[in-house]
Amino acid sequence: MSEPILHITGLNKTFGPVHVLHDIDLDVRAGEVTALVGDNGAGKSTLVKCIAGIHGADSGTVEFQGKPVHIRSPKDAAELGIEVVYQDLALADNLDIVQNMFLGRERGSSWLLDEASMEKAARETLASLSVRTVKSVRTPVSALSGGQRQTVAIAKSVLWDSKVVLLDEPTAALGVAQTRQVLDLVRRLAEQGLGVVLISHNMADVFEVADRIAVLYLGRMVAEVHTKDVTHGQVVELITAGRSGDIGLARPEHAVL
Amino acid sequence: MNDPVNQKEPTMTQTPTESSNTAITDFGIDTTTMSTSEAVRDYVSRLRAGQLGSLPALLGLVALVIMFASLSDVFLSLNNLANLLAQGAGQTIIAMGIVFVLLVGEIDLSAGTASGVAGAVLAMHFAENGNLMGGMGSTVFVLFLAALGLGAVLAALLRIWAGTAISVLGIVIAASGMAANPWIEMLLALCTGTAIGCITGYLVSRIGMPSFVVTLALFLAWQGVILQFIGEGGVIGISSSPVLNQVANGNLSVLGSWVLCVVAVGGFAALTLGRHYSRLRRGLVTQPTSIVFFKAGAMAAIGIAATALLTINRAPNDNIVITGVPYVVPIVLGLLVIGTYVLNRTQYGRHIYAVGGNREAARRAGVNVTKIRASVFVVCSSVAALGAIVYSSKVGSVDPQAGGLNTLLFAVGAAVIGGASLFGGRGRVSDAVIGGSVLAVVANGLGLLSQPAAVVSIVTGLVLLLAATVDALSRRRAASAAR
Ligand SMILES: Nc1ncnc2c1ncn2[C@@H]1O[C@H](COP(=O)(O)OP(=O)(O)OP(=O)(O)O)[C@@H](O)[C@H]1O
Ligand SMILES: [Mg+2]
Repeated sequence: MSEPILHITGLNKTFGPVHVLHDIDLDVRAGEVTALVGDNGAGKSTLVKCIAGIHGADSGTVEFQGKPVHIRSPKDAAELGIEVVYQDLALADNLDIVQNMFLGRERGSSWLLDEASMEKAARETLASLSVRTVKSVRTPVSALSGGQRQTVAIAKSVLWDSKVVLLDEPTAALGVAQTRQVLDLVRRLAEQGLGVVLISHNMADVFEVADRIAVLYLGRMVAEVHTKDVTHGQVVELITAGRSGDIGLARPEHAVL
Repeated sequence: MNDPVNQKEPTMTQTPTESSNTAITDFGIDTTTMSTSEAVRDYVSRLRAGQLGSLPALLGLVALVIMFASLSDVFLSLNNLANLLAQGAGQTIIAMGIVFVLLVGEIDLSAGTASGVAGAVLAMHFAENGNLMGGMGSTVFVLFLAALGLGAVLAALLRIWAGTAISVLGIVIAASGMAANPWIEMLLALCTGTAIGCITGYLVSRIGMPSFVVTLALFLAWQGVILQFIGEGGVIGISSSPVLNQVANGNLSVLGSWVLCVVAVGGFAALTLGRHYSRLRRGLVTQPTSIVFFKAGAMAAIGIAATALLTINRAPNDNIVITGVPYVVPIVLGLLVIGTYVLNRTQYGRHIYAVGGNREAARRAGVNVTKIRASVFVVCSSVAALGAIVYSSKVGSVDPQAGGLNTLLFAVGAAVIGGASLFGGRGRVSDAVIGGSVLAVVANGLGLLSQPAAVVSIVTGLVLLLAATVDALSRRRAASAAR
């Protein structure tokens, strides 16, 4: 098995008195899809935001490609090649699709943006994602449907030369065809050698695309298992009870948020 | 519903270039060009969806002009029209700066009195022949320098280096006691405005106080500063300086007017058409060629007609000759071009819109939200200082009321009437010009009809209310159309 590209140990996060993440260990391997699952409020999005530099973690170490790194801002994460598709979509409604996709990393000089090259690249990326219902890449995001926004957010993350892509419930708002597209995309990203983290509540999707499954239960990482070693039922049990047979927390009833 | 093309395309991510041709045909119903009728329909549907832009203000402007023209014989006289331009220029310029603040969803209530401080410093430097220490008294002078220094330091903490440089320049000018020179005075006014903006920006963006409270407090404070500088009941005249007087009262020569016309009209046409054809050639999203030509043609017609009218002698009596386009026109046009360029073509402008549209999204995209939010206050106060130069020149003097009273409310009103949103994310510099024209027409027209100040205030208030209503309603429509 390859060395993890992203190696997280002992990560803790509190929001005031609420201890949301307890000593999280997580490995993301290049060329693999790691599914991150857990009930509502388990801390999945918070973990992603800590990795992305949105929230500062209270303690814990992050190693990227074997080197310890300090991700203090979204910019740091982007420079390392970590891209995130957020559950609460991070798009500016008043900007159009192209402007959103390149936000923060505009092409051209800062005194004269290269609109032409950005527009072309945006169109090509969207085309490759088979976005068929958007009338023009110059449509403001406010005029898009929920699924279209989701696709723009995903397209934004694959536009860059990234090494790790974290997708927080990317298919939650999507129709059947788009969900298919995104799942295929997730597989292809991994085949290209990226490390992919997929958060999803849909077990069928998880079992279809994930190589490994990491289960969060009340802010604790209760299991990191190979998909082929577990059954649906076991994962569901891990999610809801923190324990299944001899996998999981020893005494889940003592786990409190 | 799998897509066979994409399934076979393993390298679809970072560089989809090699397959771009198939990719583009694959891109469903994406359109880059529209026919004229499609474009018109598209525009109508956008209006329906609540994206009104400046349309209500433009229609209102036309209605007001027709109304006043029918009620007053003088209104459409050339002399009055030229006068109207100069009357409205100061508040329009301040409104242009306020657009930047509104775009990030903040408000600057202190822009008016901040401009007054800049005007007072300008006037005092002129009247005291550069000896600000003598004019202010040494304690006040030291405090003034300290405030400029504070602006410089805070700008440095925010990494807004231009703010630091301009504030320091202000200290140098003020402390060196250079003799009166109109250009130095104007520069000093600008530096003062910039330093003030750095302080405001730091308080709002770094300390995190609501801009409403910060700028309300500063509104009062700057009013006191003006009073301190000029003294109760004092007036400092500046019209004895030909340059300071000409800014808002002078006109270009006839030749100069036509040169301006050619530069403005030709430049606009060259830019829009050039951009249009280069985008067409590269297969990018464009408007129909007919519409681009129509816009360029309409601008040319307006520009040439206005220049022709303003180069006719408009003197009210036979003894003198007044011709030429007022200087305020190129001043406002220049600021309009710069502001539009900054907002539309630079990374900075893009980030301003992003912060106004979704602050969290901008932050996650790596935009330095703190710096952007602070910088718009620097822009606003700096531009307000330029506005102060123009309105002080128009009046010919600076008194303790400079920038007070309705200056700010008119400027904010102008921006909002023109179509800038108080909720952030939506607006253009041209909105300030259009809204400023509406308010200037209202004030001028009601003045000609010798309506009392009471009526002027009430009507202006109603116009503003109407504009705010249009803004709120169109936002509601836009929100409901989005989902
Ligand atoms: N900014 C915040 N301030 C305070 N508490 C927060 C904040 N963000 C998240 N939390 C808390 O942290 C816990 C984990 O939230 P998180 O959003 O990470 O859950 P999740 O696993 O992503 O759930 P879901 O499946 O519903 O998306 C929740 O109890 C939530 O209330
Ligand atoms: Mg979540």
